[in-house]
Amino acid sequence: MKLLYFAWVRQKIGRSEEDIPLPANISTVGALMDMLVKRGPEYAAAFNDVSRLRTAVNQIHGGFDATITDSDEIAFFPPVTGG
Amino acid sequence: MGAIRIQLEDFDPGVEIAALTQGRTDVGAVASFVGIVRGDDALEAMTLEAYESFALREITAHVAEAKLRWPLLDVSVIHRAGRLTPGARIVFVGVASMHRGDSFRAAEFLMDYLKTRAPFWKLEEKSSGANWVEPRGTDDEAAQRWK
Repeated sequence: MKLLYFAWVRQKIGRSEEDIPLPANISTVGALMDMLVKRGPEYAAAFNDVSRLRTAVNQIHGGFDATITDSDEIAFFPPVTGG
Repeated sequence: MGAIRIQLEDFDPGVEIAALTQGRTDVGAVASFVGIVRGDDALEAMTLEAYESFALREITAHVAEAKLRWPLLDVSVIHRAGRLTPGARIVFVGVASMHRGDSFRAAEFLMDYLKTRAPFWKLEEKSSGANWVEPRGTDDEAAQRWK
């Protein structure tokens, strides 16, 4: 799956995107976040305050309970501030 | 013809407004909005980061929704990305319709949705340092009224 990070989420994790295989036992955005937090402190820092975190799966806004597959594009970002 | 674009370069509002009516005589009103980097609070620059493919999709979906809500003849939405300094144009929304009420309302609807849904983020640079802009509750309230 393709993971994308934006704004301060990108800065904290230290990269804008990465491709990693989806483990068989993970099926939601929230479970994916738990797995990433175990990979390193940069993920823990980025995902520390979930109230300030938003996600999208395949470019559709969704919650942490959204289901995911290995072919998905999953993005993590702060609340948007465009316009 | 209207357009939906995300671009680094500046745009000319006059050219964009003219494009909405070019070659047609059924348009009675064009409402336009231009968002500009405001240089208050010692702001030195503002960098706009975009999730470009998603932003184009999100803007296109909301333009389609606006066309369902109001009888619109054409719409343009242009949003810039990259580092902008005070006075620079950020965003253009132009709406052509037969009567002014529809274009005024649709332009406001599109701006309210851009503010709260389109995946752009603003990094403010000041002499004290750089900070990501936090969303404003008033923007959410503005978008809520279209529900």
